[in-house]
Amino acid sequence: MDFLRYSTIEARSSKFWMLLIGLALIVLIGVLSAHHVEVEGHVITGMNNQIVWGLPHVFAIFLIVAASGALNVASIASVFGKVEYKPLARLSALLAIALLAGGLAVLVLDLGRPDRLIVAMTKYNFKSIFAWNIILYTGFFAIVGIYIWSMMDNAMQKYSKKAGLFAFIWRLILTTGTGSIFGFLVARSAYDTAMLAPMFIIMSFAFGLAFYILVLLASYTWTQRPLGDYVLNRLRNLLGVFIASILYFVAVYHATNLYATEHHAVEYFLLVDGGIYTSLFWVGQVLIGGIIPLALVYMPQTKNCRKTLIAACAMVILGGIAQLYVIIVGGQAFPLEMFPGMEVSSSFFDGVVAQYYPSIWELLLGLAGIAIALLIVTVGVAILDFLPDSLSDKIVEAKK
Amino acid sequence: MNNVVTKAYKLLRKSEQATDTQQTDQSKRSFIGGLVGASGLAVAPGVMLYETASAKPADQAVTNQVRWGMLVNVNQCTEDCNACVTACNDEHGLWPEEGSSTDSQWIRKLTVKDPTTENTKSFPVMCQHCEHPPCVDVCPTGASFKREDGIVLVNMHTCIGCRYCMMACPYKARSFVHEVLENQLPSTPRGKGCVDSCNMCVHKIDAGENTTACAQACEKDGHQAIVFGDLNDSQSEISKRLKDFGGTQIRADLGLNTGVRYQGL
Repeated sequence: MDFLRYSTIEARSSKFWMLLIGLALIVLIGVLSAHHVEVEGHVITGMNNQIVWGLPHVFAIFLIVAASGALNVASIASVFGKVEYKPLARLSALLAIALLAGGLAVLVLDLGRPDRLIVAMTKYNFKSIFAWNIILYTGFFAIVGIYIWSMMDNAMQKYSKKAGLFAFIWRLILTTGTGSIFGFLVARSAYDTAMLAPMFIIMSFAFGLAFYILVLLASYTWTQRPLGDYVLNRLRNLLGVFIASILYFVAVYHATNLYATEHHAVEYFLLVDGGIYTSLFWVGQVLIGGIIPLALVYMPQTKNCRKTLIAACAMVILGGIAQLYVIIVGGQAFPLEMFPGMEVSSSFFDGVVAQYYPSIWELLLGLAGIAIALLIVTVGVAILDFLPDSLSDKIVEAKK
Repeated sequence: MNNVVTKAYKLLRKSEQATDTQQTDQSKRSFIGGLVGASGLAVAPGVMLYETASAKPADQAVTNQVRWGMLVNVNQCTEDCNACVTACNDEHGLWPEEGSSTDSQWIRKLTVKDPTTENTKSFPVMCQHCEHPPCVDVCPTGASFKREDGIVLVNMHTCIGCRYCMMACPYKARSFVHEVLENQLPSTPRGKGCVDSCNMCVHKIDAGENTTACAQACEKDGHQAIVFGDLNDSQSEISKRLKDFGGTQIRADLGLNTGVRYQGL
């Protein structure tokens, strides 16, 4: 068999149902947590009037950013003409939609009034980047949906390249929009920089690809389909480039801030004296999310080693969550500078580092977001032809 | 036939009651207006702490002919006085628990110390009612909005509780309602899951009182550190003071043109 054929996975096995039920249970627990928060109010979470966005936002933004990155594998095939990536494209688009759905679910369920979602969908303030994001996110579902259709339906195949290009441009705008949620916050010392938008794009490349590799490996290993080293080594090299790019952007972001005296205080907080945020930055983001996976990817000894690739991907994901925690929570924990250079105090926690202890409800909701994404992928590959029967070196190299 | 007569009688009663209510409202308003005028004059001859305009009819839209603002004289504000904060809490039914990080605080006393000179100042900070409010810019649904008369408010019917406005506000002026509220005051609609902040006592302004609870309390305590008034009226006390003595904005570098100004910062 040396031609490319797609098929659904075997959905009758007990393993498949156990996976499905397990994921559904995590989703159910997360939804119940969100309901509990809605009934009792956010007072039962760790969030407060100082840290207004907490762990749910870390998970939500991680998933949304990863979603646009997951589409990259498909884009490489259709936009950049690398045909050896073509067999990977359908799963890439499915994962993109799934991750976005998971992220948005968390974001919406954490709203103070999730029952007013219809208001968010019908009343737009076009000066708000948040409102633009609502349009960008819903548009992403539609565009990637059409893209998948164009890849799966022979009659639509002629539109595949155009749909892929459009989806690629859309995803770049979408991640720019997500980064700008923070970049446009002029009053907060840790934000207020155009650097955040391109940095979020490069973060999406790495997070999305790490997620993609793990899902690909799991799908092929669990269904005993052939998966050759050629594909994995291509993806491994790509992951390395993306990890290095994140480190570069992070270095430039901090170097730019360090040059300006007005930002010395926030930089000192994040890099030296910020407690959990400093630890998460150096150990979580830089070491676990950057240097170690970079070494694992590029060391000659680890070539063709799937275990180290899995470890590298897991580390990129953990490092990504740490990075977003530092950006989102750490950025808020640093006191708002209303009177630069002055010592400020008040009953409303002015001038002090804000405290935040995430609650179990927030964690369960965040994990449910990941479970929603994986559940969509699991159901997707079981009902539609997303996965090639084989990704053996012979098959993939024949596509070149 | 009987039915028609009953209906007509009910309608007649309704219109009589409406006229009664209007008359009561009118007399209430003129009474309040008189009191306001008298107390304004009584503070100090020649110094009016707030305007004495009459109530705007309910069916008349707010216009941008006025821009309400406040001037805080930091030098007249003492560190141990919390009258403005207490008055605001009473006026709007806030009553935050001491040390709570989740209860709403619409106005707070800030102590600002210059570490070089050790000079310390204490003064209230609330929503600065910016001409270009970042909270309004970022609100996805338009629930955060600015009235024509410069007051920045939250529409409690369309706020979805995303808290983006809190992230964007340079003054930390907004609070999120973290739990179920009971005994809210009818004049200050608030609710769990929505964001709220200083509304410049809009109910008082719309009733023609043209002052705020904080300004009243400050005056009652004899500090007279907060002057409320129309920034667009060159003859208003606030405009005269700003013209004569100047006033600064917190984070003026952001170019938001705040409605709350400070003297002596």
